[in-house]
Amino acid sequence: MQQIPDVIRQIPLNYYVFFSAALFCIGVTGVLTRRNAIIIFMSVELMLNAVNLLLAAFSSYKADPAGQIFVFFIMAVAAAEVAVGLAIIVMIYRNIQTIDTGILNKLKW
Amino acid sequence: MLTDFGYILLFIITGIVFCFVILFVGKLLRPSRPNEEKLSTYESGEAPEGNANVRFNIRFYVIALIFVLFEVELVFLFPWATVFGNKHLIEVTNGLWGWFALAEMLIFVGTLALGLAYAWVKGHLEWVRPKIQTQDFTSKVPANLYENINKKYEK
Amino acid sequence: MLNIILIAFCILTVGSALWVLWTKNVLHAAFALLLTFLGVAALYVMAGADFLGITQILVYVGGILVLLIFGIMLTNQAGNKEGGKNMILTENLNRFWGILIAGGFFGLLFYTFTQAGFQEVEQQHFGEISNHSSTIQITGIQLMTDYVLPFEIVGVLLMIALVGASFLASKNE
Repeated sequence: MQQIPDVIRQIPLNYYVFFSAALFCIGVTGVLTRRNAIIIFMSVELMLNAVNLLLAAFSSYKADPAGQIFVFFIMAVAAAEVAVGLAIIVMIYRNIQTIDTGILNKLKW
Repeated sequence: MLTDFGYILLFIITGIVFCFVILFVGKLLRPSRPNEEKLSTYESGEAPEGNANVRFNIRFYVIALIFVLFEVELVFLFPWATVFGNKHLIEVTNGLWGWFALAEMLIFVGTLALGLAYAWVKGHLEWVRPKIQTQDFTSKVPANLYENINKKYEK
Repeated sequence: MLNIILIAFCILTVGSALWVLWTKNVLHAAFALLLTFLGVAALYVMAGADFLGITQILVYVGGILVLLIFGIMLTNQAGNKEGGKNMILTENLNRFWGILIAGGFFGLLFYTFTQAGFQEVEQQHFGEISNHSSTIQITGIQLMTDYVLPFEIVGVLLMIALVGASFLASKNE
């Protein structure tokens, strides 16, 4: 069952590693600096994508399909997460008429 | 495999380039005489009103949400469908493979159908129709008068 | 040739991700996110995970992004103001500290990965691979054998998310 295409061997793994690190850090910056809750959500998706890509790349290099199945499950969980999370954001908006995280600071110490 | 996707990439690039080329040629050829009416946003012939950021009805969101979750289910169906009828696997397992895969997928689809049933019972799939206002006004002009006029000018 | 295409897609993806990070217009962020997802899908394909690339387009571009845009349209403060502009704007917060922390994190990751030396490892330890047309069948077989319990649990999770999210969204309508 160890059958994963050969194409990956022509590309250095380091490209994927550094690219994923960059994408992940962009996501981290987005979560830390943006004020709109939905854009924070988008940044979380960016981080998830970076990790997924790295899992897929390593799975191809190692000729082990398990990594790709993980990515598959992560995507399903991400879809569920976005559905519930956005519903919560919409409810917050309905109650206090804003999704600005600078104003949503009731949980701050 | 990568060559197949290379064709797709070429197709996408050609599509984008084609768009720009056609627009550019059009810009070269067409006369340019803009006025206020031509530059306004097209809203089916009506005068444009307000801006584009209308707050949507929350029902759109619920429908989109149901769509996304069922799309994920669909993505899980694809790989299953390619191996479900695999002859080699069925022979090796004495026919057990097909039934096992079918049962597993029926459980999976059944679980999600439960969620759909919930949404259906709660009425998320139904659309609230606005009431059509009918007028009680009855015209004093009889309908056949119009027909007579039509006949008069009919040739 | 392959490397050039890969780097082009990397630049496209990182560039549009930076756009998500930088733009003030929330809808522009959503459209930049579309480009990012497409670039990542292409990178999946180049990593030999063709079915994942298609799944990425189906689930992320076709599903999650649509939900996000619905979320934006449901929560815009501007509403339908007369004479308002067609923009939904947002501000940044603590830009200096955010970029400093993320930059430091990136430096740390970069250093670790350079020290790890994946280049040498990949030559020696990874198994033989045979050519195969698509990963979709492997995925299917794995889903039905080794990962059949997680598969069913994902079904339950999706069902719960459907019930919970539709309940939340349509509460006291």
